[in-house]
Amino acid sequence: MSRESVVGTAEHAAESEWGRLSSRLILVNLAILVAPVVMFLADLAITGDAGLQALITLGSLFVTFLVVSGIGLMRLFTTRYRVTEHSVELHSGLLFRSRRSIPVDRIRSVDLTANPVHRLFGLTTLSIGTGEQSTSASHRLALDGISKADAVELRRRLIEARDARRGYAVPVEDDGPISELDWSWLRYGPLSVWGVGGVLIAGASVYRTLHELKVDPLKWGFVKDLEHRFGSVPLWYGILASVVVLVVLGIAGSTATFIESWSGYRLTREEGGMFRVRRGLLVTRSVSIEQQRLRGVELVEPIPLRWARAAKLNAVASGLGSLDDNRKRRMLTPPVPRAEARRVAAEVLGTDRSLVLRTGLTRHPRAALRRRVNRALMWTVLITAVPVGLGLWLGPGLVRGGLIGGAVLLLVLVAFAVDAYRTLGHGMRGRYLLTSSGTFAHRTVALRQEGIIGWKITRTPFQRRAGLFTLGATTAAGEGVYKVHDVTDAQGIALAEQAVPRLLLPFLERDPRSAARG
Amino acid sequence: MEDVRLRPPRHRVESRAVNWWRLQSLLFAVPLPLTFGILWASIPPTRQIFMWLTLGFLVPGLIYVLVMPPWRYRVHRWEVTDEAVYAASGWLWQQWRVVPLSRVQTVDTLRGPLQQIFKLSGVTVTTASASGAVKIKGIDHAMADDLVAHLTRFTQATPEDAT
Repeated sequence: MSRESVVGTAEHAAESEWGRLSSRLILVNLAILVAPVVMFLADLAITGDAGLQALITLGSLFVTFLVVSGIGLMRLFTTRYRVTEHSVELHSGLLFRSRRSIPVDRIRSVDLTANPVHRLFGLTTLSIGTGEQSTSASHRLALDGISKADAVELRRRLIEARDARRGYAVPVEDDGPISELDWSWLRYGPLSVWGVGGVLIAGASVYRTLHELKVDPLKWGFVKDLEHRFGSVPLWYGILASVVVLVVLGIAGSTATFIESWSGYRLTREEGGMFRVRRGLLVTRSVSIEQQRLRGVELVEPIPLRWARAAKLNAVASGLGSLDDNRKRRMLTPPVPRAEARRVAAEVLGTDRSLVLRTGLTRHPRAALRRRVNRALMWTVLITAVPVGLGLWLGPGLVRGGLIGGAVLLLVLVAFAVDAYRTLGHGMRGRYLLTSSGTFAHRTVALRQEGIIGWKITRTPFQRRAGLFTLGATTAAGEGVYKVHDVTDAQGIALAEQAVPRLLLPFLERDPRSAARG
Repeated sequence: MEDVRLRPPRHRVESRAVNWWRLQSLLFAVPLPLTFGILWASIPPTRQIFMWLTLGFLVPGLIYVLVMPPWRYRVHRWEVTDEAVYAASGWLWQQWRVVPLSRVQTVDTLRGPLQQIFKLSGVTVTTASASGAVKIKGIDHAMADDLVAHLTRFTQATPEDAT
């Protein structure tokens, strides 16, 4: 529970040095009760009577509230923090007392996050990352609910203390942000593929919550009306209409998501060799990435964005927490024009703009294309087998439909396979290992050589027959491993030797097959 | 670089490991067909179904028990130099890993109950990467201890771990 590692410094420090959480946290606790109560009242207004079930729900909500606010109050009174010359200390807990101390030079990142309720009361959450990739979020040191002014001040002091300790202070020339939100990028908002799925999830969760409160939306007048009208139109029309509604809602949803996540986006260079990404409308997020921990970048082009010549840029950095945390915090840009993404990449890495360009990378052997086409054939056969199999049993109509569908599917999947093959590429550019792959989302990763801490070579039975392998560069940053798919032995070994010289050398031998030939 | 390839690591794992894997695969493959077999024998009206289920699970299970252990024994190999750990594992899907000793963070040994029966040990070498550790399984107890000593000696000499 507690990690008493480096406590013992400056025990004589005055009590007043300790910072505390903001007392406005009590109001936040009250706020969690608002939504359920409003819903309960709405239900009461609609149905006109409060059933026993609804009362029980309300009662349990109230108990939950008591427990949550009790915990909140305890946190408020027991949590205190301070920054000393060597470390940042955090004391908290009543029953399980935890005293944690982090040496300031271990600090990798300081993030400020504020959800809407927090923002309403001028509060924010400050979390300190120490660069342990595997530890869970609970091990991250976080101050949940300090006032915004305190948070900004604390953040400044932490970075200052760290730099003083490390003996350097990088002066920042104030040459403006590296990148800033351009509202014309909003056009990429609707192109997020998650929109449609998001609508379904939101709909389902609203329905479930209403259902829990004994409100059945299917019994409301206008829904019944809709049902009647739908009942009298042909099936295909209904399906078409629902698809259109879904897509429209999806587009609206993903545009709203874009606005929520990326309003006020600014990528800046800060004192102490940090990059800082600030963004968000309702929930404001601020992620700091230490320049020293930045091992590279990843350019992602999912299908709809690729058609619009847009891309997203992610940081490949260590110290952003566990894999899940890393996925939430690694974004350097929203979906932006490809050229802008390349410019930002060049700017943060200090390289030239053609670094994450796919053209010019070494192509992969034809056997890699064969693997992809074979996979497309296999999926076509598997998917077509379902309607055809059912057709043999139920009637010839399905067989014909299945075969036509299969032919179309074959064309589409083979086109994807060829595209996936064209995307494959690898090479070294300066000090960066480049690898590019992907079917639905193209990913081009530039990973700095020093960041590579080993190789993971995998071979499937099919790859062994085709004389290929997948070379994975393991790293402490980002996803932990970045793969170069389907290279020949010679290509893979050459790349590995270039990226980390002499590591593989003792484990190489002459290929007996070619020795016999030559 | 045209005519070179990765050679397999030098050392095989203990031949006892084949028996360990066989026992493991038996524990994995037997319970399901056994249950169906008992049902087949004890509930006459459902004979047909349970006969097919029993056979359907027994045949692939037996193939797994017969094929997997010797195949794994052919693949699993390891080697440690003064610079790196090199290990191969898997059977159908194979994995070869190289980690420079300078990037090693921790070295653990693990002896599961089954491994103990065969007096075998596993050595796990972790780095700062989240992509998993290098695992050398099925080597002798004494060998594992030597290996750990060797690895810790060399990793202590080089503190940098690239986090």
